[in-house]
Amino acid sequence: MSDAILQVRDLRTEFRTEGGVVRAVDGVSFDVERGQTLGIVGESGSGKSVTNLSILRLIADPPGRITGGAIRFAGQDLLSLPEAGMRRIRGKRISMIFQDPMTSLNPYLRVGTQLGEVLELHEHSTRAEARRRSIEMLERVGIPDAPGRIDRYPHEFSGGMRQRVMIAMALLCKPEVLIADEPTTALDVTIQAQILELIREMRDDLGMAVILITHDLGVVAGMADDVAVMYAGRVVEAGRTVELFGNPRHPYTLGLLRSIPRLEGEVGRLVPIPGRPPDLTRLGAGCPFVPRCEFVMAQCRADRPQLRLVDEVAGEHSAACWYEPAAATAP
Amino acid sequence: MAVALHEPPVELPEPEAGTSLWRDAWRRLLKNRMAVASGIVLLLVGLLTLLAPVLPGVSAPNTQDLALGAQGPSLHHWFGTDILGRDLFARVLHGGRVSILVGLVATLVSFLVGVSYGATAGYFGGRVDNTMMRFVDVLYSLPYMFLVILLMVYFSKSLWMLFAALGLVQWLTMARIVRGQVLSLKQQEFVEAARSIGAGSGHIIFRHLVPNALGPIIVYATLTVPAVMLQEAFLSFLGLGVQPPQASWGTLVNEGATTMAFFPWLVFFPGVALALTLFCLNFLGDGLRDALDPHLRHE
Repeated sequence: MSDAILQVRDLRTEFRTEGGVVRAVDGVSFDVERGQTLGIVGESGSGKSVTNLSILRLIADPPGRITGGAIRFAGQDLLSLPEAGMRRIRGKRISMIFQDPMTSLNPYLRVGTQLGEVLELHEHSTRAEARRRSIEMLERVGIPDAPGRIDRYPHEFSGGMRQRVMIAMALLCKPEVLIADEPTTALDVTIQAQILELIREMRDDLGMAVILITHDLGVVAGMADDVAVMYAGRVVEAGRTVELFGNPRHPYTLGLLRSIPRLEGEVGRLVPIPGRPPDLTRLGAGCPFVPRCEFVMAQCRADRPQLRLVDEVAGEHSAACWYEPAAATAP
Repeated sequence: MAVALHEPPVELPEPEAGTSLWRDAWRRLLKNRMAVASGIVLLLVGLLTLLAPVLPGVSAPNTQDLALGAQGPSLHHWFGTDILGRDLFARVLHGGRVSILVGLVATLVSFLVGVSYGATAGYFGGRVDNTMMRFVDVLYSLPYMFLVILLMVYFSKSLWMLFAALGLVQWLTMARIVRGQVLSLKQQEFVEAARSIGAGSGHIIFRHLVPNALGPIIVYATLTVPAVMLQEAFLSFLGLGVQPPQASWGTLVNEGATTMAFFPWLVFFPGVALALTLFCLNFLGDGLRDALDPHLRHE
């Protein structure tokens, strides 16, 4: 815990909509350590992207609002920082890469201009200096002929190449934390592997912490040291990746694991999780997973379970479920 | 069967710099013959009027020759002369300077004010947007010609006042157009990406949003120039615009109209110059719209 560069504690983010208040993030806590990768997994609408946009305070207000909690980054509380101070952190000390590289670059500006923008904003580099460093970074993320490509426009790059450009942009200032919001979802499978490998390489080179948001458990298994599984705005299970995959303790995690196809072993039908994610505007008192859970007990309907340690020995695996061991491990 | 196994050397011609979306639009514009022809005519008109004071053979526009009086077009006076014996060709060229200048400056004023205002309202949205755009609505609801006339009557009737008055009523539509564009553009991911690298609001508005909205802005600006020129002609016709002895196409038509029955060339030449320029500007504006927004063309 001592080496945590980013600590999120009891983070709460709400959106006021016409249908009521949506608690998109409802008391999320986690730590990210230097040189480590935290995978955040969950289905659409589970609050994983909102959590990370909240870290950078990029939630549009209105309708969104961070209503509680604390985000400590390198000793300072990001939630109490003035906007100007936050701007100095964005892109320099905490960077983000987005899901769709086709839309996250400005189509009217040359790639080099957009890369240079980061250095211009944060390090007041001269144009020549920014250009030199941008080319260097493009080469580092594996763009062939970087000096010739830097003056091209985004539409002249393929999807995978654009994501490399986005990564180059995010890493130009050597950030301490990189937030990758589904960085490979919009790419085809072979490119996915390359991009993930690149992120891992850069993490090791720069010693930065990575938060990897994804709904692809395969990606998490290969990349993350720790995993947090989110459901309905809360972390429902968290732990070391190996431990959590080997011994899932929340029925939702179990369901996720059972719904991915495997290459080895006997070929059987995939078991999907029945039902749909709950409507966040009307959550009752009980566990929000009740309608989809196969282990429901009376207690589940009455009380929402809190995250608690399930592995007393290692002390690093916790789940928010009333159900007691033994049966939950049988996949 | 002999098969050549070696790959033929493929050498693709590499363009020097990247092709911007602007260059694409430029290429489409060049394919539009009407727009290109209009552009050339406008360039000629612009050059002629701009160089009027130094062109050989163009006399001073205010030199009178009462003995000469009004004469029809001749070799010596291509467009004829007016009642005071002033060379009409010189007056049309010098008048064009004023007319075109009014058009350009007023459009520039509307461009600067309208784009900043509209982009700011659109970007911040919510209450800011509401307040800013209601103000625009209020100004819109005033009869703007009346506003211009009031300004011209109560303040000076100088050329600068004319620029300001016309520009200040033209920015309203520009602001609305830009606001609408920015409202939809700001939802795009590259704006969020720009925020995530630490860019501030001003930076995002002027560096990222405005360039993306520039297509419609340019088209509207091109169409504003003729609209403003026509208004200047109208004001001058009423005697509120350019003051004599300075001429604009509007005042020339006005003067010519009073003696139309006797000296028709006095209204014909400035009228043709005005109409030709307005036509060309409109054609060029249409061409630009097609070039900058290719989706609209085939509907």
